[in-house]
Amino acid sequence: MPFILRRIAFYAVAAWVALTLNFFIPRAMPGNAVQGIMAKFPDLQPSAYKALEAMLGVGHPGSLISQYGNYLDDVVHLNFGTDVANYPASVSSLLAQTIPWTLVLVGTATVIAFALGTLLGILAGWRHGGWADRWLPGLMFLQAIPYFFLALVLLELLAVKLHIFPLAQGYNGQDVVPGWHWDFIGSAIDHSLLPAITIVLTSIAGWMLQMRNVMITTLGEDYVVAAQAKGLSNRRVVYTYAARNALLPQLQGFGLALGFVVSGALVMEIVFSYPGVGLLLLNAVTSTDYPLMQAIFLVITFAVLLANLAVDLVIVLFDPRVRAREAAR
Amino acid sequence: MSTPMSTPSSEPVLRESAAAAATAWPAPVGPLLEIRDLSVVYRTSSGDVKAVERVNLSLNAGEVVGLCGESGSGKSTLAYGACRLLRPPALITAGSVRYNGRRGTGPADILQMRPDQLHKLRWRDIAIVFQSAMNALNPVLRVRDQLLDAIHAHLRLPRDEAAEKAASLLDLVGIPRSRLRSYPHELSGGMRQRVMIAMALAADPEIVIMDEPTTALDVVVQRDILAQIVEVKQALGFAILFITHDLSLLLELADRIAVMYAGQLLEVGTAEEIKREPSHPYTRGLLTSFPSLRGPRRELAGIPGSPPDLRDPPPGCPFMPRCGYARPACAEVDMALAPVTGSADPWHVTACPFVGPETRPEAWPQTRPETGPETGPEGARS
Amino acid sequence: MSDLANYWRRLPNKARIGAIMLGLFILAAIIGPQVTPYDPSYQNPSQALSLATPSGAHLLGTTQSGQDVFSQLLVGIRLTLELAVIVGVIATVVSVLVGVTSAFLGGVWDEVLSLFTNVFLVIPSLPLLILLLGYLPQKGQLATIVVLSGLGWPWGARVIRAQTLMIRNRDFVAASREAGEKSWRIILFDIIPNEVSLIAASFVNTVLYAISASVALAFIGLADLNSWSLGTMLYWAQSQQALQLGAWWWFLPPGIAVALIGTALVLLNTGIDEFGNPRLRDARTATKIAGRRIQPTDPTPVLADLSARPSRLAAFAHSFSRSSLLDETPAGGEIR
Repeated sequence: MPFILRRIAFYAVAAWVALTLNFFIPRAMPGNAVQGIMAKFPDLQPSAYKALEAMLGVGHPGSLISQYGNYLDDVVHLNFGTDVANYPASVSSLLAQTIPWTLVLVGTATVIAFALGTLLGILAGWRHGGWADRWLPGLMFLQAIPYFFLALVLLELLAVKLHIFPLAQGYNGQDVVPGWHWDFIGSAIDHSLLPAITIVLTSIAGWMLQMRNVMITTLGEDYVVAAQAKGLSNRRVVYTYAARNALLPQLQGFGLALGFVVSGALVMEIVFSYPGVGLLLLNAVTSTDYPLMQAIFLVITFAVLLANLAVDLVIVLFDPRVRAREAAR
Repeated sequence: MSTPMSTPSSEPVLRESAAAAATAWPAPVGPLLEIRDLSVVYRTSSGDVKAVERVNLSLNAGEVVGLCGESGSGKSTLAYGACRLLRPPALITAGSVRYNGRRGTGPADILQMRPDQLHKLRWRDIAIVFQSAMNALNPVLRVRDQLLDAIHAHLRLPRDEAAEKAASLLDLVGIPRSRLRSYPHELSGGMRQRVMIAMALAADPEIVIMDEPTTALDVVVQRDILAQIVEVKQALGFAILFITHDLSLLLELADRIAVMYAGQLLEVGTAEEIKREPSHPYTRGLLTSFPSLRGPRRELAGIPGSPPDLRDPPPGCPFMPRCGYARPACAEVDMALAPVTGSADPWHVTACPFVGPETRPEAWPQTRPETGPETGPEGARS
Repeated sequence: MSDLANYWRRLPNKARIGAIMLGLFILAAIIGPQVTPYDPSYQNPSQALSLATPSGAHLLGTTQSGQDVFSQLLVGIRLTLELAVIVGVIATVVSVLVGVTSAFLGGVWDEVLSLFTNVFLVIPSLPLLILLLGYLPQKGQLATIVVLSGLGWPWGARVIRAQTLMIRNRDFVAASREAGEKSWRIILFDIIPNEVSLIAASFVNTVLYAISASVALAFIGLADLNSWSLGTMLYWAQSQQALQLGAWWWFLPPGIAVALIGTALVLLNTGIDEFGNPRLRDARTATKIAGRRIQPTDPTPVLADLSARPSRLAAFAHSFSRSSLLDETPAGGEIR
């Protein structure tokens, strides 16, 4: 499968670029970051300072190459160092606590939004000129709202004023203890509903608009006219002939938009004080917790790259021409 | 690559097949398809484009009618419009298309059919072979699935019989059965076109509209496909409306030929008569525009100029600006088709009241207005 | 001038509304800061004016520290738009350079530049932006502009490259080459004029990206928190618990402003899209023929049908539309 191999190679290159950027940015920035940290966190152990200095490339820690080598070694072993703000917790442990929350929320909500949006987009493209088009400006407005702002609005309306949803956090911390039992899971689901709804509402408009446009173009293709000429039912024409083909560029768009969706969702988590990576990110920024910031960057980037690879795999499944096109090169 | 399925002597066989087919079917009353006064416009933001203007054409059972014209002449619009397959902004503004087939309960106007009637008409009565098979086949479905789609849409067959039918359709056009599992992009151009033909025959139609089926193929493959078409037509006896810009092809293949220009018919007659005594100046221009492999060398004429803007067509004959015989009275011609005097074909008609068989072709190249780039049938260009 | 008027007439309604909305915001950006009723930073110590609801004196109420929200909004619109437009210009120029060069030179250069573009396209921009800004000591307008421009060009570059590849293979470019035209002249006079609507759409997209990225960054605190951009307003509203304190007038206006500007830009872009893509454009006009909506899967309509059988209600409603005039003209409704 040469196509998949080429894609994996591409993502490997992208991952390497991200890693290298992560390595160089602290070293390239003006100002002395270590002093700043020492001032903020006077209680750290000397070893933590040393680690920081090593990370920031301050104080003659050895040749650049050797630093780079050590850095890569650390990354492979998932050793992101000790956290500065939450000393002595390790960065990896902090991440391990928060990643599952984000993964479940953002992953599920994004997939639901994509599926629903695509379906609605198919209908809007087929029946365009009709009811769907009247909603177009409204959808565009919805798409233009920053995720976190919609979160604020919904929170205000539904949680503060109407008390339908809980106000914050991932679960009801006062009454429930985390663990695999129904109380906890129920509470977690309850608390994730509003964030999930926010994600779905904002992103669904984008998917729908995109699919609609692709459908309009696809419906003009010769094979759709041919299918109609064959006397096939409208449903078959629209779904198997038009939508099946329109899905391909739509999936590609999904891959490209993943980065934005994830970023937006993270910022939105802050509004809900949801115990995911977003809140961790906010704390890291506020307290200039560099090790954490860098680790989060890497984790998010790798996650998005992996997701893109997964989307590429799905595309290969759906498009028989891809394998042939690559084989012909 | 496929081998030619028949020898060049198949052409005269075509004429006989029409007669043979006619006797095999119950004789219908009147023509199979009768297009009367059909007008189709494209309604764009800059005005109505008159793509087809008051066209009258009929098709009899088992007959091969060739529809010839340059690109933009409206030939495809005519054929698709008659089947109501045109997309917005197309609009049928006038006329009727009466279909009188063996399966129907009598003549019916396609333009007034309800969606369910149209649905039955599609493919069972009138099938279409599209121009570019690469574009007309769904890229993500296998050949087998696309054939089955056509079969299941019109025939009530259990699954195994349907599969066998699909395979036998491929047999009919000379494609190995293993190709059922292929995707369109895995087939050669000629094979794809054969698949399109096979698909068109899935419901055993009475009329097959072929929209430039060989234009996108190279010359050798063209011969193969044409021979294939002749062969299946002999076997199944359907009528063909063959759309092309290549008049030379029609002279060999068609029973009757209709010449179209700027949305209007200029001349209609049997192939022999058109070849022997072309009446309309445009037809004459077409005939002298391509070289023949045999016969003496002669100077290649062409037809200078280009077709008119159909948004604002000039009054009278649309060919006037490019016609060597033009005179002021041409601007008042009403473009009705009138019989050609002295033709062996009693239904040979032409739209030009001034030029007839008696007007010798030698008078043709004398005064040709130079109004723009040379055009001729695409075969003669580049 | 008449060219512009012609262009305006041919824009779909969507784009016109977008353009007008955008125009209003641009107006606010230009004259706004001059007409603020109060100094946005002025902290009114009076207790009564802390978190005051909107009133005659303060059109959008006040913040926790007595600052006038309306004044902040006006200044915020200017700062945000300023930043976004500058980023848009820089990033678009870079993306045109990269895209056209990559497509025009072809070969190894194309491979390298494309790889470069695609890598930066796939790496999520917000985390990288956070990293960059996080390390910079100065997080002001300039820093944000630099950082956003640095990451905002890949999208446009990719799209422009695709278009340039198509144009490059067209005959008229080959003709120019044969005639011995210098490359840069070909690029400037043959290729770019044919991509104007694409470049315009790309510019609008980049401005959109710049607005949402800068607002998100400011919201997390990665901006000059002493300046009043729409993003920093939201940051302060969030950190001062405006939501919990019920001060909706503080966080709603900046957010709605961002959403409205974004909507205006998207509307404008859709219009440019439809302008450049004839299929979308024809689809728009095409689906209404003689007042009836025709779907792509419908059979070709027949004029006699369309004018003969509307329902009573449909006919009544139809009489209000412009196309009803068309149907009543004799020759089957020809457009003037």
